[in-house]
Amino acid sequence: MTPQSQDFQNRLRKEIEAAHNSVKTPLTHEEVAAVVRQVIQSLEGDVSAADLKFYSELEELAHYIRQAKNEIASIKPDDISTSFIPDATDELDAVVGATEDATNRIMDVCDEMSSIAAECAPPINERLVGCTTKIFEACNFQDVTGQRITKVVETLKHIDARVEAIVKAMGDEIHHVGGEHLTKNVHAADPEKGLLNGPQLPSNAISQEDIDKLLSGK
Amino acid sequence: MAVDMNMNVLIVDDYKTMLRIIENLLKQLGFKSVHQATDGSMALRVLREMPIGLVISDWNMQPMTGLQLLKEVRADNALKATPFIMITAESKTENVVAAKEAGVNNYIVKPFNAETLKQKISAVLGNF
Repeated sequence: MTPQSQDFQNRLRKEIEAAHNSVKTPLTHEEVAAVVRQVIQSLEGDVSAADLKFYSELEELAHYIRQAKNEIASIKPDDISTSFIPDATDELDAVVGATEDATNRIMDVCDEMSSIAAECAPPINERLVGCTTKIFEACNFQDVTGQRITKVVETLKHIDARVEAIVKAMGDEIHHVGGEHLTKNVHAADPEKGLLNGPQLPSNAISQEDIDKLLSGK
Repeated sequence: MAVDMNMNVLIVDDYKTMLRIIENLLKQLGFKSVHQATDGSMALRVLREMPIGLVISDWNMQPMTGLQLLKEVRADNALKATPFIMITAESKTENVVAAKEAGVNNYIVKPFNAETLKQKISAVLGNF
């Protein structure tokens, strides 16, 4: 680095520090740009071409970062943490719960079949035991499926933590940028599609009994 | 030497459905006394309370994993000769190597079938 560049950077740092100390909130990009302009003007001709190139690249970089921030903010990353990830993990937990419940009911029936087999004479009893063994074997898919889903949930939580870190790093700016909440507008073009929400989590669903009541008008 | 079908077999898994599946398969293979534990530390307590002829354990459990249980068993003079089979979804080479180094007698990857279970038990205890 040339002595001129060093001098330029020292002056720039001092001006920005002074500006920072004079206000309580962090400087905006425009305020930083104004400080840089002020320093450039005060140099009165002792800025080299290399310094100007450096400044120009710095400005481009700031512009690029600002644009990236706006783009990230416009997709409302808050929604990912507050809505998408929790919804996805709840759905996956429901899948594990439902398959576990179904597996246990299948095995209950197998136990019943084994009791019936004990009352039967050969070769019927042997054939029945053979069938229940095959069913038990098939049921151990559920453990593997559950573990795979748990891995997906962990990955989603990792993504969630990363997104949260990005949102935090971007500070308050992210909340001032406009943009539509994806969750609420996904079906705006076709309101009937908004009715297609797929299977509901047990806590959100209404029972068949409630549906019957609704239909009968009671 | 014939396998004693009255021996105590201990199955260890944090997943109750899997305990039920393994217990049923073992009973259909002829084992009459099957005991359950839901993690390594509980299994260790059972192992110190009664004579266990075979341990069939999952790997991924909390607070004590199947591998930690295996190491504890092998480090305990009274238990170190206990046959130990790992049944797990962990199917990477390094898992099998680590289990082998810790002294596992056999290793079954989930999902498995009754025939595989029988073969691996036979390989450890002898034909039955």
